[in-house]
Amino acid sequence: MAKKFDKKTYLKWFESMLLMRRFEEKCGQLYTMQKFGGFCHLYIGQEALLAGMVSAMHKDDNVITAYRDHAHPIALGTDPKLVMAELYGKKTGTSKGKGGSMHMFDKSKNLFGGHGIVGGQIGLGAGIAFAEKYKGTKRVTYCFMGDGATRQGILHETFNMAMMWQLPVVFVIENNGYAMGTSVERTSNVTKLHELGESYDMPAMPVDGMSPEAVHEAFAKAAEHARKGKGPYLLEMRTYRYKGHSMSDPAKYRTKEELAAYKKEDPIEKVREVILKQKYATETALEKIAEKIQKQVAECVEFAEQSELPDGSELYKDVYVQKDYPFLKHY
Amino acid sequence: MRTIQFREALREAMSEEMRRDENIYLMGEEVAEYNGAYKVSQGMLDEFGAKRVIDTPISELGFSAIGIGSAMNGLRPIVEFMTWNFAVLALDQIMNHAAKMLQMSGGQYKVPIVFRGGNGSAGQLAATHSQSFEAMYAQIPGLKVITPSNPYDAKGLLKAAIRDDDPIVFLESEKMYGDKGEVPEGEYLLPIGKAHIVEKGEDVTIVSFGKIIKEVYKAAEELKKEGYKPEIIDLRTIRPLDYATIVESVKKTGRLVVVEESWPYGSIATEITYHVQQNAFDYLDAPVQRITQADTPFAFSVPFIEESLPNAKRVIDAVKKVSYAS
Ligand SMILES: Cc1ncc(C[n+]2csc(CCOP(=O)(O)OP(=O)(O)O)c2C)c(N)n1
Ligand SMILES: [Mg+2]
Repeated sequence: MAKKFDKKTYLKWFESMLLMRRFEEKCGQLYTMQKFGGFCHLYIGQEALLAGMVSAMHKDDNVITAYRDHAHPIALGTDPKLVMAELYGKKTGTSKGKGGSMHMFDKSKNLFGGHGIVGGQIGLGAGIAFAEKYKGTKRVTYCFMGDGATRQGILHETFNMAMMWQLPVVFVIENNGYAMGTSVERTSNVTKLHELGESYDMPAMPVDGMSPEAVHEAFAKAAEHARKGKGPYLLEMRTYRYKGHSMSDPAKYRTKEELAAYKKEDPIEKVREVILKQKYATETALEKIAEKIQKQVAECVEFAEQSELPDGSELYKDVYVQKDYPFLKHY
Repeated sequence: MRTIQFREALREAMSEEMRRDENIYLMGEEVAEYNGAYKVSQGMLDEFGAKRVIDTPISELGFSAIGIGSAMNGLRPIVEFMTWNFAVLALDQIMNHAAKMLQMSGGQYKVPIVFRGGNGSAGQLAATHSQSFEAMYAQIPGLKVITPSNPYDAKGLLKAAIRDDDPIVFLESEKMYGDKGEVPEGEYLLPIGKAHIVEKGEDVTIVSFGKIIKEVYKAAEELKKEGYKPEIIDLRTIRPLDYATIVESVKKTGRLVVVEESWPYGSIATEITYHVQQNAFDYLDAPVQRITQADTPFAFSVPFIEESLPNAKRVIDAVKKVSYAS
C-alpha cells in the first residue's frame, strides 16, 4: 500500500498526527494542573482518522463532529493557539471563550462544530449537506459520531432522509469501542456498526482506523460517491482511545492487554516506520519535526495563558444576531 | 446523627424501596456496571442484579418510553438521566406521554415513574450541559417536580417520589452529590408539595430551592451579622408549590426575595410573585425581588459564569433593596 502515497503525504501525516498527539498530551497535563475547567475528552489514539480525512478531502468540504473535538480544527488547519485559548476560556479562543472544550467551531475551515449532546450533530451534518445540494455545489460533508452516538434515534431518521434525498454526506463512525464505560457489545446486538445503514440501503464499509492509508482511501471513495451525486456513505472507523473517556475516567472497564494491542498499531509509529524504511526522511529530520511541534505546543500554552479572559458583559453578545436585544434583568 | 453524602442518601432511598417492592427497577446510562456516572447507584447492580439495575444505550427517548410503558403495565421504574440536559431528547415521552396518560385514558392508566438526575450548572460545561429545567417541567400539568437541596431532604423526598403514583421529575445536581449532611438511620418520608422553613425570621422572606439555596445560606450569615432576621424557605417541591407557606411568611415579614438557578422568563420566582401580589398585596412593604440566572445560554468561561449565576452578594443586595437599605 505504501507506494500509493508519496513522500509528501507521509511527512504531512506524520507531522499533523504528532501535533494532534502532543497537543492533546499537553491538554491532559494542563487539565490535571487545573489550568482550565470543564470536561476534557482527548483524541489520543484516533489521530489517523483525521490525518487520512484531510489528505483525502477537498479543501472546502465541510466537517461536523461531537465533543471529542480538539483535534478536528487542528487537523483542518486552525491555528492550534486558538484552540488552546478556547480551552482556557480566553477571548482569543475559537469561540471567544464561550464554547470551551466540547464546542470547537471554525467557520473559515468549514468546521461546523463540536457538539456536546450525543447524536445531535448526526442530523445537522445531513442538513449541512442538504444546503450544499440545494445550492448546487460539489462540497461533501463529513459527519463524525461516536459508536455510542449510533444508538440515538436521530441516526435512523437522518439516515432515511439523507438516503431518500441523496444528500452529499459521509457519515463517519469513530468506533473506539466504548461509550464512556460501555462497550459496543453492551449497547446492541448489532456490533458491526457499518451495518447500521443497511435498512436504508446506505453503502458502507468498515475501515482500519489505525491506518492513515486505509482511512484516506475510504474517505476518498466515500467522498467521490457523494460528490458524484450518488448520496450518503457510511464509514465505520475502527479505532481506540488510549485515555479514559474524559479526564475523570480511570477506564477500569477495559484490560491493559487490549490497550497494549492497539498501541502496537499506533498510527504515528507506523507512519514513522514507513518514512524511515522508504528513506523519506532521516531519524534526525523526524526528531527536528518533533522538536518543532514541541515548541509549537509550548507557544500555544503561552498564548493561551497570556490572552485575556473575556469580560462578563460579553455574555450578552452572540445570543441573538439582533444587536439591541432586550434581555431581562436577572438581579 | 450520622453524616452521609447526597449520592448515598439517594442510593439508600432507591435501595430501601427496591427491597420493599419487587416492581421497582432502575434504568439509565452507566447505572449498572460503571456504578453510575456520578456513583449514585454504586453497588446496586451487585445487590439487585442485572434484571433490576439496567444499563441502557445512549437512547434517552427510547429508554424513557420503555420506562413509561412498563409503568403503564404495572412496574415502578426509576429512570436516571446522566443529566437533565439529555432528557431533552426524551421530552416528548415525558411531556406528551407520561404527563398525559392518566387523563387521556380517563383514569385507567397511571404512570408511576421517577425520572431523576443532575440539573443545573456544574461548572464550565457550557450552554448545553448547564441548564436548569425546574420552571420548564413545572409548567406541565400531570407531572410533579421535586428539587431537594441536601441529603436529608433528598432521601425522604426520593422515597416519597418512588411511592407516589404520578410521574415525577426529580432534580438533583452533580455539584451536590458530594455534599454531606445528617441523615437518620431509620426510615422516613417527606411530604411532596410541602415547603420547609429552614430558618425562622422576621423582617424578610427568602424563598429558594435546590443547590442554589446554598448561596442564600451564605448571604444569610452576612445579613444576620448586620442585624437582619431573614426567614428562609426551602420549597423542596416545585409542583405542586406550597403557596400557603410563602404567603404566610410574607404576611409576617412584608418583604420577599426569590432565588433560583434557572432563567428569569417565566420562572418559579415569577409564579410566586404573581401569587404573592394576589394574596398578600396589602402586606408587602416593597416590590418582590428575584435573583435568577442571566437571560442567556450559559457560556463556558469563568467570567460568564460569574455574570450568570445567582450568588450570595446578589442575594444580600436584593434583601437590602426590599429593605430600602441600599
Ligand atoms: C444526549 C446525551 N446523552 C448522554 C450524554 C453523556 N455522554 C457524553 S459522552 C457519552 C459517551 C459517548 O460515547 P461515543 O459516542 O462512543 O463517543 P466517544 O466518547 O467514544 O468519542 C455520553 C453518554 C450526552 N452528552 N448527551
Ligand atoms: Mg466511543
